[in-house]
Amino acid sequence: MIHLKNLFRIRKGISPVLYNILALSVFALVIGVWWVLSEGGFVDKIFLPTPRAVLKYLIEVFTTGEIFSDIGISFYRIFMGFIIAVIIGVPLGVLIGTFNFAEGLFQPITEFIRYMPVPAFVPLIMVWCGINETAKIMVILIGTLFQLIPMVADNVRSVPDDLISAVYTLGANKRTVILKVIIPAIAPRTMDTLRVMMGWAWTYLTVAELVAANSGLGYNILKAQRFLKTDVIFGGILIIGVLGLIMDRLFALLNRKMFPWAEGGE
Amino acid sequence: MFGKKKTVPTLESKVLEARVANSKIYAEGIRKVYSSKKGETVAIEDASIEILENEFISIVGPSGCGKSTLLRILGGLDEVSGGTMIIGDRPIEGPGADRGMVFQSYTLFPWLTVEDNIRVGLKIKKMPKKEQDGIVERYLEIIKLSAFRKSYPKELSGGMKQRVAIARALANSPEVLLMDEPFGALDSQTKAEMQVLMREIWKTERTTIIFITHDIEEAVFLSTRIYVMSDRPSVIKANIPIYLPYERKLELKDTAEFIALRRKITAMLHEDKEQEIMA
Repeated sequence: MIHLKNLFRIRKGISPVLYNILALSVFALVIGVWWVLSEGGFVDKIFLPTPRAVLKYLIEVFTTGEIFSDIGISFYRIFMGFIIAVIIGVPLGVLIGTFNFAEGLFQPITEFIRYMPVPAFVPLIMVWCGINETAKIMVILIGTLFQLIPMVADNVRSVPDDLISAVYTLGANKRTVILKVIIPAIAPRTMDTLRVMMGWAWTYLTVAELVAANSGLGYNILKAQRFLKTDVIFGGILIIGVLGLIMDRLFALLNRKMFPWAEGGE
Repeated sequence: MFGKKKTVPTLESKVLEARVANSKIYAEGIRKVYSSKKGETVAIEDASIEILENEFISIVGPSGCGKSTLLRILGGLDEVSGGTMIIGDRPIEGPGADRGMVFQSYTLFPWLTVEDNIRVGLKIKKMPKKEQDGIVERYLEIIKLSAFRKSYPKELSGGMKQRVAIARALANSPEVLLMDEPFGALDSQTKAEMQVLMREIWKTERTTIIFITHDIEEAVFLSTRIYVMSDRPSVIKANIPIYLPYERKLELKDTAEFIALRRKITAMLHEDKEQEIMA
């Protein structure tokens, strides 16, 4: 028997079994409420499709394979936007975190742009780039790059001074400090930053595809809205959610495999 | 070394020159001032120290007196506001491999195994791999961690981490080893073991050591000589040779002469405080 008192111990663990039961029961509850509301006829099917209809849609698109071209094109956009953001953002973040002059140059403008709402850029990007692939990649790039830069810079700043001092007293020059101490020291935390960025990328992918696309997972949802196919909308959102979750877990796994030495890991 | 002219700019007297010739590190009139919006704070007013070859020097002082700052200045890690600093026959300008350093915080590279941590300085020197292996092997034995050669720092205890840090500094064969409260974060049992090990290392390796600590017992146990620093703005207020046996075991700490020395230095440190209260 679980004592209520034991659940409310501040920062004390509960058994993993109980933890999983709690997590699963919330999922079950949400689906249950959904089921009752839709199947019971409390809410119109136009507004709330039944779980069965959504499941049927999902099975259909995956068996016929028609969803794979949408997943493919969405992945391509995310990948391109993300890679370009990493190629520009990580070195720039390292520079900002390492050199005060670089911070003066780039940090204020980055912070400024970071607070501009990305969706507001979309019309502008459409004017500049049209509605081809470049436009979607640009949306994802703008959405992630300016978040990534200050986060990488912070990772660099969190490298202990004494670690850098220590390698100086072993005879290192600046180049060695950057390449052999700062870069490896920030690697695990930066992988984690990239994982968070991946989440942002998925969000902005959907933004891009909702307003300026004729293919992809986001466009699929938009198309369904025109015909009031809420089951397709539900299905589309679920697919994006699950794919995002899988990417997230892959990053976490990669981080553990690549950096077994990191504190707190494993 | 022959025919190399001494490039010491501020030598003023022949006396000074003679003393420099004998010492491993010679520092005179070291001054450290911090400037801020509120004005200038004098951290170190005037500190002069000299360390001869194979001495084990400790610098003790009340917390915040700037003893760590003095060491970091000697290590070339902090800027100095005034004074002359010489190592061997060269002025000290910036950090270098000739002054190895061990810090209070754990500074092992977490992505490298124990043996690769010890190897870092040798790699920077581009020493041939074979030669590196020999040195790494020797220091693993000295710090008694041969069994942990493939371990990562996160798998080590605090005492073990500091042993590796010492080995890493020594493997680089520095002219002087600078130690900034290296055992400050360790429990008393481990600390005592480390002190015995440190004394052994100093004896066998014939290292020249400057050791910062606020623990007077530790300073007396380890050192051949102790500098006592005053409160801010600090000066060196005493230079005390420690005439204790060459062979030192932990039991030494219970002997009358040890306790007398410890008391004498403790009293010196407290003088400052008393004067403050009187004033």
